[in-house]
Amino acid sequence: MTKVTLTVNGRSMSGQAEGRTLLSSFLREELGLTGTHVGCDTSQCGACVVHVDGQAVKSCTVLAQDVEGANVTTIEGMANADGSLNTLQQAFQDHHGLQCGFCTPGMVMAASSLLAENPKPTEAEVRHYLEGNICRCTGYHNIVKAVMAASGQDVSDTVAAE
Amino acid sequence: MYNFDFVKPASVEDAVAALSGDEAQPLSGGMTLLPSMKQRLNAPATLVSLTGIDALKGVCRDGDMLVIGAATPHAVVARDAAADYPALAELAGQIGDPMVRNRGTIGGSLANNDPSACYPAAALASGATIVTDKREIAAEEFFQGMFATALDEGEIITSVKFPIPQKAAYAKFAQPASRFALTGAFVAQYADGARVAITGASENGVFRWSEAETALSSNFSADALNGLAASADQMIGDLHGTPEYRAHLVGVMTRRAVGAAH
Repeated sequence: MTKVTLTVNGRSMSGQAEGRTLLSSFLREELGLTGTHVGCDTSQCGACVVHVDGQAVKSCTVLAQDVEGANVTTIEGMANADGSLNTLQQAFQDHHGLQCGFCTPGMVMAASSLLAENPKPTEAEVRHYLEGNICRCTGYHNIVKAVMAASGQDVSDTVAAE
Repeated sequence: MYNFDFVKPASVEDAVAALSGDEAQPLSGGMTLLPSMKQRLNAPATLVSLTGIDALKGVCRDGDMLVIGAATPHAVVARDAAADYPALAELAGQIGDPMVRNRGTIGGSLANNDPSACYPAAALASGATIVTDKREIAAEEFFQGMFATALDEGEIITSVKFPIPQKAAYAKFAQPASRFALTGAFVAQYADGARVAITGASENGVFRWSEAETALSSNFSADALNGLAASADQMIGDLHGTPEYRAHLVGVMTRRAVGAAH
């Protein structure tokens, strides 16, 4: 076991990791941050997306020891300082962007990367960017609507999936 | 996944030394290696991470070449190669999904030589040179069949040198679940002729479609390919497509790439 120290959501946090310990397992089991979900564990579904040094990655396919010292942001770090939902999270609630909610942490983390790169995406760009995030409830329409709304675009005319 | 010792050297020399140990393997972005280790298809005793070596990262122009560090992630190539070699940048921007592009690297992709990966097509069609810690290897000699390369045990790719073509494009028919190429064609026009490399189709991995190269070298247009058909012999047949289907896609994707070349 090796000690791994990360800055997670602005706080320095340490835990023990084997060579094979995945970042997703480290966050959930060692640091107790269970907001990061493990869906497929094969880097396809995107439920485990977190940001490492500002980049969205699938934490089930990153070794904890490989990101020693990194700045990590998880879903637990997305809310506003007063604990209220941030704009993107609030948009998911307002537009019913989740059904069972399992994929939601990954969707929010991926979508926030998209909006950082492209603050006013088209609907097609949102769908394309979220290609690596799977919603098993197939609730994509309202997820896309929530991301569009969070970008400040009018979604009142959005009625049906393409 | 079986356990292993993890080391993260800061220099190529230290990485080469670490790789001389028994059952040691290099780890770049890990987008293929880690899933295969989870399935216990691969069980190194030591993993040597190459992502902490700054000398292996970055995209830079050197005369008529674009030199890309082996540990440069796809997302960085998509951004930083766009001005000098747009077709290569577009290829990088279509690999996997955004999260995979932030982690996966060009050196890892080439060293793995997946028969459906995108980068081998660009390297072969560009006549790229694969630079390692020991030598320089021409793309023609580097790719040696499905998942096989000219790399020796413990040899590390340090950079890839791409001659910049007059125009080029990559056309990929993506397998929608894996996002790998069901068949992809990279075409590149140089002063001395056109080159065409096909990925995803052959049981022998990436290959040059020489008949199309001959036709395109005298007339770089989709019309020049009329009447040309790739043989289904030794094409991959699986649940996603028969050998005949892939052979047909070779022609379709090459035409699309020629039409899109810029």
